[in-house]
Amino acid sequence: MAIEGELAHIGAGLAAIGSGAAAIGVGTVAGNYLAGALRNPSAAAGQTATLFIGLAFAEALGIFAFLVSLLLMFAVGG
Amino acid sequence: MATETTDVAGTCVDVGGSALGMPQLCADWMSNQIFWLVVTLVAIYFVMARIALPRIGAVLAERSGTITNDVAAAEELKNKAAEAEAAYEKALVDARAEAGKIVAEAKAEIQAELDVELQKADAEIAAKTAESEAAIAEIRDGAVKSVTQVAKDTAKELVAVMGGSADAKTITAAVNARMKG
Amino acid sequence: MAEEKEGGLVFHPLDQFIVKPLFGDGPVQFYTVTNLTLWMAIALLAIVGVFVLGSRGRAVIPTRMQSIGELIYGFIYKMVEDVTGKDGVKYFPYIMTLFLFILFSNYLALIPMSYSPTSMIAVTAVLGFGVFMCVTALGFILNGPKFLGLFWMSDAPAILRPIIAVIEVISYFVRPVSHSIRLAGNIMAGHAVLKVFAGFAALTLVSPVAIFGIIAIYGLEVLVCGIQAYVFTILTCVYLKDALHPAH
Repeated sequence: MAIEGELAHIGAGLAAIGSGAAAIGVGTVAGNYLAGALRNPSAAAGQTATLFIGLAFAEALGIFAFLVSLLLMFAVGG
Repeated sequence: MATETTDVAGTCVDVGGSALGMPQLCADWMSNQIFWLVVTLVAIYFVMARIALPRIGAVLAERSGTITNDVAAAEELKNKAAEAEAAYEKALVDARAEAGKIVAEAKAEIQAELDVELQKADAEIAAKTAESEAAIAEIRDGAVKSVTQVAKDTAKELVAVMGGSADAKTITAAVNARMKG
Repeated sequence: MAEEKEGGLVFHPLDQFIVKPLFGDGPVQFYTVTNLTLWMAIALLAIVGVFVLGSRGRAVIPTRMQSIGELIYGFIYKMVEDVTGKDGVKYFPYIMTLFLFILFSNYLALIPMSYSPTSMIAVTAVLGFGVFMCVTALGFILNGPKFLGLFWMSDAPAILRPIIAVIEVISYFVRPVSHSIRLAGNIMAGHAVLKVFAGFAALTLVSPVAIFGIIAIYGLEVLVCGIQAYVFTILTCVYLKDALHPAH
């Protein structure tokens, strides 16, 4: 392995930053949904499914970062 | 992926029982996971498709049918109730009119009877009064006659006692004159 | 290894995902009855309990169990109908199967000392790639070559169309990956974080904070379990809609 030990752990920590980025994305989705819902509450109910799909997409990328972190931590770094 | 394969427990677990690398990526276990997943999914699918979903669908359809029927039945009953109320109102009005008629009839009948009775009573009373008056008049006549007789007799006796003699004619005239006075 | 020895602290956040044979110690063959099998079987029994035993009475006025079943039935049925349209309703049992398996596995995994089948990437990959392959096959069977119109944005400017088509194809093939890793990652992340907090709870100084953290994360996980099952199902419906009506 090219990356070993301590270096892999540092990489894992760096990858974990991605979780924070995903948090920004999730916050943006939810905040914009809320802003829109407060402007036009009658249209809000029909868009909850879209909201959840958007949240899921935003969150999935954070999960990817977390997964990379885990891989570096436990699979590569050993 | 962990490459060291040292223990007897398997390639992905160390001697202490801890995971080597990520258990999710252990290739030895994947066939097991996939096999049991497929078994479970097929089982769930058959339970759902054969038993549960048709049953629940039928129950839901039955419920909506029941609700529709019940709403219709309620509507019908409501109409019936309105009809019944109208009939009741009509019957009440009729009964009132009838009762008024009966009362009036009864009153008239009673009045007529009363009038007849009153007349009869009046006639009886009148008859009784006339009879009584006649009796009283007779008694009075009788009394006057008796008084005249007594007066004549007394006067004849008195004249005789005083030594005079008087004929009946004179005395009668004198008494009559007195009594008139 | 996953051992950070600092003042007696030992973290094994991933040990909870180890597959163990229930009987004996032999190697794990594909037919071996393992803890994963046990918890899948428990999920199956729970589903049977709610949906078959619960609705046994076929009561017009439902019992509690039956109304839970009816609630889930109505929820998924409406989702399928809303997203895929009337002609998607015939795939409702498949989608219901997926949803129930994920939902019950997720929630049963929240019981302490239990095992979470949906945190295994192999499991969710079978689910995700199964949906992907079924939907793609269905799209070609129902629409023939017209299914490729899914990638050709006919209302985009002519120059951009090939570029968009490439992007669409890539995003189409990334779908099953993100579809399966989202679920496994969410569940795994939640359980690993719980385990890390539990490791901190061994330290007297921070144990109150750690235990409060466990409670908070557990509450979050209760939410996440439901939402991930919902998201997996609704994405399946969206992909199915693409297969049924490929025209944009």
